[in-house]
Amino acid sequence: MRSHSLVPAAIAELPWRMLAFVIFITGFGLVVLYSAAGGKLMPWALPQAVRFAIFLGLAIAISRVKVDRLKAIAFPAYGIVLFLLVLVEALGFVGKGAQRWLSLGFMNLQPSELMKPVIILAMARFFDLLPVAELRKWNAIWPAAAMLGVPAALILVQPDLGTAMMVVMGGIVMMFLAGLPLRLFVGGIVFAGVAGRTAFSFLHEYQRQRVLIFMNPESDPRGAGYHIAQSQIAIGSGGIFGKGFLKGTQSHLQYLPEGHTDFIFATMAEEWGLIGGLLIIVAYAFVIKWGIGVALEGKDRFSRLAAAGLITTIFFYVAINLMMVMGLAPVVGIPLPLVSYGGSAMLTVMLCLGMLMAVDRQNRRGGALRP
Amino acid sequence: MRSKVRKPLLTENSQVFTFTRRALVLGGAQGLMATALGARMAYLSIEQNEKYKLLSESNRVQARLIPPRRGWIVDRDNQPIAINRSDFRVDLIPDRLKEPDRILGALTELLELTPDQVERIKEQLQDAAGYQPVPVAENLSFEKYAALTIRLPELPGVSPLRSFSRFYPEGAAVAHLTGYVGTPNKTDYEAEQKNPLLIAPGFKIGKDEIEKTMEHRLRGTPGQQRIEVTARGKLVKELSTLSDQPGGILPLTIDIGLHSYAARRLGDESGSIVVLDCNTGEILAMASMPAYDPNEFSAGISHRTWDMMAADERHPMINKVMQGLYPSGSTIKPLMSLAFLEKGINPKATVTCTGAYRVGNAIFHCDKHHGTLAMHEAIEKSCDTYFYHTSLQAGPEVIASMAHRMGFGEKFDLPVPTQRYGTVPDPQWMQAKYHRKWEMYDTINMSIGQGNVLVNPLQLATMAARIASGRAVSPRIVRTKTIPEPAALPVTPEHLDLVRAAMRDVVNRAGTAGVAKLPVDGVLLAGKTGTAQVRRITMAERNSGGVRSNESLAWKMRDHSLFVGFAPADKPRYACAVIVEHGGWGASVAAPACRDVLTYLFDKGKAMAALAALEEQWGGTISERMARRAEKWVPPEKPSRPAEPKQSDNAAAEGKANNPRRPPTKTI
Repeated sequence: MRSHSLVPAAIAELPWRMLAFVIFITGFGLVVLYSAAGGKLMPWALPQAVRFAIFLGLAIAISRVKVDRLKAIAFPAYGIVLFLLVLVEALGFVGKGAQRWLSLGFMNLQPSELMKPVIILAMARFFDLLPVAELRKWNAIWPAAAMLGVPAALILVQPDLGTAMMVVMGGIVMMFLAGLPLRLFVGGIVFAGVAGRTAFSFLHEYQRQRVLIFMNPESDPRGAGYHIAQSQIAIGSGGIFGKGFLKGTQSHLQYLPEGHTDFIFATMAEEWGLIGGLLIIVAYAFVIKWGIGVALEGKDRFSRLAAAGLITTIFFYVAINLMMVMGLAPVVGIPLPLVSYGGSAMLTVMLCLGMLMAVDRQNRRGGALRP
Repeated sequence: MRSKVRKPLLTENSQVFTFTRRALVLGGAQGLMATALGARMAYLSIEQNEKYKLLSESNRVQARLIPPRRGWIVDRDNQPIAINRSDFRVDLIPDRLKEPDRILGALTELLELTPDQVERIKEQLQDAAGYQPVPVAENLSFEKYAALTIRLPELPGVSPLRSFSRFYPEGAAVAHLTGYVGTPNKTDYEAEQKNPLLIAPGFKIGKDEIEKTMEHRLRGTPGQQRIEVTARGKLVKELSTLSDQPGGILPLTIDIGLHSYAARRLGDESGSIVVLDCNTGEILAMASMPAYDPNEFSAGISHRTWDMMAADERHPMINKVMQGLYPSGSTIKPLMSLAFLEKGINPKATVTCTGAYRVGNAIFHCDKHHGTLAMHEAIEKSCDTYFYHTSLQAGPEVIASMAHRMGFGEKFDLPVPTQRYGTVPDPQWMQAKYHRKWEMYDTINMSIGQGNVLVNPLQLATMAARIASGRAVSPRIVRTKTIPEPAALPVTPEHLDLVRAAMRDVVNRAGTAGVAKLPVDGVLLAGKTGTAQVRRITMAERNSGGVRSNESLAWKMRDHSLFVGFAPADKPRYACAVIVEHGGWGASVAAPACRDVLTYLFDKGKAMAALAALEEQWGGTISERMARRAEKWVPPEKPSRPAEPKQSDNAAAEGKANNPRRPPTKTI
């Protein structure tokens, strides 16, 4: 069927069902950005649309890359991003101000953002290289822990707790999927509970505040709890069908802070209600389900691990952001990918999707010959 | 989805199996999370929808109270006494204020605030709890108001407002009649169960006198404006407006023309003038001077003004009409005569005055050698000896009873915050207060209104009105459509006729107050002078060349000058009482003032001409003289600093002999 189509094979082959959901999510996001700007394309909706078009092209281009090529660049890419992280840190130190990004002219690049997919690739590559017999040995753990720990520490001191957490969780999921002994994770959870208290004392004051206020947002509705309180008001007041397009008061009267970036879900939910919210959640669920399917069908270890890790990265974005805006997690500054205004998160997600499509393409071609 | 099971190495195979199992666990966990998020969202938007809708509305909509316009206070002919003027004002809302120093600096520059005002604002800001607006400036010109409005976005916490301010056209003349209004303080706010109206910018409540006691009638009902605002407080649109209902008009019995005349006629003296309608008791004038400017007070006064007021020995903060207590002096003599007559003393009985009267080894002096005289002439010439002698025959009980019937020691039913009602001494009182027996010299002192006798000017005017009309009238200040007919005075009418005739001759024959004769054809003034001594005259002073003249004494040591009267003498309509503190002889200061004030009622032109001549001599009108005095005033080393103007003496209507102005008794 494909060979007879008028559409070029390269395009026809793409997983269009998944892409349809991605386009739907982004399109819905553009509608919300249009409303958040008071019914205008500028300053958010139009640049976001252009950016999405570019990144979609990029993702499709990446889908043409062979998985072996990805495998080959995993470690070098890791090294480069790690270097960029150090560079950002050094620039921040020289400039006497915390800085998370490097200016590329047309956009600000956050190396910590890039680290999210790159750490997945690097760890997939590591476990791919590791002989299966070694999996339950110490040799499987410490290099992975080191690969994970160094960038996480660099990101944490930026300080960017949210991204550091995402990187760490992505790495842990990789270890889990690679088959490290289960007792490690059970023990780890217990340890984390104990260590959490200790770590709390090392957090920055504003981060600690965020955690405390998160426990009880009403305690400080005008101060640090303001974001969560206003976000929940926006979502809750939307009801089932929402207040209607362009009729959200929380966002238009600026009660909702960051209504076009981290809290865009609340802006959306106020105008589109529970229906809109569920549509977005379901659409993401389809994309993630597709990603897990790709991982399960992976032809080799690297493909399986990388695909599962990449889709998990997207999952973490969505889950942490939604938990945050609904008052289930502290405000950690994680955007809702594809919907929130901004390039970095969208770039990360589109890179992830591009690589997932590459794995998918290999799966469908009967791909890799070697296991 | 199931992973295809292929045929690799055994270990690899088991690893694939592990991966598949774990990936499915992960997928399941992710599915669970998606469900949980969906459920959470449903909880927020369905279960909690009502709550969050309300919160969203309360974010969006702000209700702003529109302070009601205060009711006018008008006089008996509906002439305005207190009205409202539209003005522009600026307040600071402490809650929203950021960088107070920068903003105060900007305001100082924009509104040209004086250092004095800036200091007051700073102090009030420190004391203000977040709820209470701190007034910055009132009565702004439109130019300044507009200049401020333009720069508003950079001045968070600054609230410019178009509002109404209280205006008293007669200024200081009505200060002790109306009182003044001011921004409610914390106590006021809490007393009204934190009524939000009290913290609305620009809202004022009555702080003293009628403004305070009649607050409920004057306040009105606030309006409400519902507006949509952004998180930064910027107005988006008006949703609805409910206009305010102005307070009711309060009509008084006062004749504002007469009242101001009386206030002006007092000049720079410290004193008070009361005029009553003697048939109804309606107060036509009750001036107390010097006074503060209620317009200035209502806007909030500076420390300097307050210090000046507090330091003034003439007590501009005290309403002397009802809070000033004085020995009645000889103005008690008409009343005393009524007591004598009631006791059955023959009005024709004579007493010989030699200038001194001896009881035991004490000598009581009279100011002249009056020779032999009876009651009529004794009143006319104000002979103390006659009263010394006759009072001993009558005894203190009947005197005290008569004094009470004439209004002495009486607390009137009037809407004023403070009334001090003085003392009518009698043997029981003496026992209770000083734990001693009533002595003969107590009766003698009482007979000329000295000793423990203390009255306020309103009581003196009431006495004059009761004697003039023969009715038990009581002072009234709020005008009503109907006035209950006052009961007849429980005094024999013939006795009243005798006393009234004597009082007429005080002014119109050879009496002490010839100077008070009215310059109006066919209208005679009847009256009685009084001179209340405030210091003890020792034997040593009398022996070394006689009693010192008032002019040679410090102001505080001079006698009070008193006069009571009514007119026309044959058909009384108006009763009047004048007290000029430390003014000297009753005939010299108080009597001419009474004459001019009553002349105003019969011949305005003549009265105004007399006043114009006097004011020229004094150096201008009340406000001109006040301004000049304020300019010249130099603060003492350590100024007092109270939070707001307050009566220095707020002791409730007690007025026993603990009055600070209570003079020592006469010669013992």
